[in-house]
Amino acid sequence: MAEAQLKPDLRDRLGEAETPRSHVARFGSDKPLKLDSGGELTPFQIAYQTYGTLNTARSNAVLICHALTGDQHVANVHPVTGKAGWWETMVGPGKPIDTDRYFTICANAIGACMGTTGPASINIKTGRPYGLEFPVVTIRDIVRAQAMLLDYLGIDSLFAVAGGSMGGMQVLQWAASFPERVFAALPIACATRHSAQNIAFHEVGRQAVMADPEWRGGRYLAESTNPRRGLAVARMAAHITYLSDAALHRKFGRRFQDRAAATFSFDADFEVESYLRHQGSSFVERFDANSYLYLTRAMDYFDLAADYGGVLAEAFRGTKTRFCVISFTSDWLFPTSESRAIVHALNAGSARVSFAEIVTDKGHDAFLLEEPELFAIVRGFLGSAGAARGLSK
Amino acid sequence: MLNRPNRDLTMANTARPPGAARVDHIVVAEMVAPGSRVLDVGCGDGELLRLLELRGVDGRGIELSREGVNESVAKGLAVIQGDADTDLADYPDDAFDYVILSQTLQATRKPREVVEHMLRIGRHAVVSFPNFGHWKIRLKLLFGGQMPRTSNLPETWYATPNIHFCTIKDFRQLCRLVGAKMEKAVALNAWGKPLRLPAPWWFWNLIGEQAVFLLSRRTSRSDQ
Repeated sequence: MAEAQLKPDLRDRLGEAETPRSHVARFGSDKPLKLDSGGELTPFQIAYQTYGTLNTARSNAVLICHALTGDQHVANVHPVTGKAGWWETMVGPGKPIDTDRYFTICANAIGACMGTTGPASINIKTGRPYGLEFPVVTIRDIVRAQAMLLDYLGIDSLFAVAGGSMGGMQVLQWAASFPERVFAALPIACATRHSAQNIAFHEVGRQAVMADPEWRGGRYLAESTNPRRGLAVARMAAHITYLSDAALHRKFGRRFQDRAAATFSFDADFEVESYLRHQGSSFVERFDANSYLYLTRAMDYFDLAADYGGVLAEAFRGTKTRFCVISFTSDWLFPTSESRAIVHALNAGSARVSFAEIVTDKGHDAFLLEEPELFAIVRGFLGSAGAARGLSK
Repeated sequence: MLNRPNRDLTMANTARPPGAARVDHIVVAEMVAPGSRVLDVGCGDGELLRLLELRGVDGRGIELSREGVNESVAKGLAVIQGDADTDLADYPDDAFDYVILSQTLQATRKPREVVEHMLRIGRHAVVSFPNFGHWKIRLKLLFGGQMPRTSNLPETWYATPNIHFCTIKDFRQLCRLVGAKMEKAVALNAWGKPLRLPAPWWFWNLIGEQAVFLLSRRTSRSDQ
């Protein structure tokens, strides 16, 4: 968008946000995105990746919804980091979400920074990056945009929607907003509303970003600064919440980093400090600070029951969608009790629901990691749902 | 948490051709009207649920063990991980036509509450359990002087997940206590085959290795 008017150095800085190495679907002023905040986003674009082949009946599409700091690069080498896709253990040929069988789609969320319109995109009305002029978006807005992408791709009904954490919230929103378009739903390590504790953690992260003088009221892209330190601190704090006490102890204990004894300084003496600093500094290379503000806000505002008179079961009343809800024992960000609340509501709505709690000490991040039990359950659930859908093996 | 109870307490597994359903499962399935909604509490690996679904039943399961949930989900069954003792309270009244408890009653901590919840959640309850009044068990206790162990119930008293054994007579008493109406009752032999002889209750309590009861709510709960 409006690339011709941009200074070359700014275009470089915007990078994937303006010129993603992905498929891009563009929605002009005839197709605005209606937002929960009351306004409209237009024009806008969605960057997405696909894997596998859509069958002739158009019945084998699987939508993957990414988490807060994820993106559309589920199962391919990431264009910025050069690392493997974020869910390559789960998605690919012969994997539980088998791209030989399922046409798998993942779209960058509205408000994110890998090519879908967000605060790092150029606002054509001003010729500058949106920054804080970008409207606050919700999980429902993100899902509404994904539904427009499916229309664009000519897919009426999804075989499955799957995702963990913020991705799981989108799965639940999909099932509630478009039940007739979702045959099977796989919400993993998530909740139907963001808890006070989780909102609190997000607020710490946002304040860290905004306290960085380089944030410049959100105008850092136009002013050629970057709130790296603030965003890195936000990431460090958040990263702790994705792990568990046991996992941190197992991975690092109290071991020193490249030294035999304490240095009596504030250097990163401990391995765990060094690890967190690395997590922070590598994150800022690929993520936009304002996107972090917007997407954490979208999660904070998520409260599915509130849209249904406070009764969660009403969100799923009469649904034909099959659900498989999965939680992890050591996840304290989205504990099993949250998943049980989902299951309870689905049961009250007479939905067809499976629920498994997986024993692991890896915390919230377990959904992204090598967890054979998780893979077996996803494989089994999708396999049987595929048979019920009439998908060939 | 209990260990996963061995739910094939009959010798039905050894006696059947591969792929065929367990005889005791068929007995349970025959008590369920086709097309009804069923909750199988303690559904194990989901074999009974699968048999019921083949008969056009809309089935759901609860299972304590992860292995059981995993196997069931892989079979395409709607099973949730949960505990019969604690999770039945979460289900609304009249959510199902039948609630089944197959070979699990003796492994629950509060069998009476479990049966009461079953009759609240479902219009009918189907309960199967090993009969501790069987003559072999009586003889073992009488002459051996130790907690009986049989080929169907091989665990020692300190290792068994089966903490609330009962006899057919005991169960009939429980039914009266909770105001359940006994619609049907079948005693099974060691291979899970129904004993189809006319006989008085004391006789079933002596020769039945297993029992399957179909219960329903009395119309007025104040009958109790």
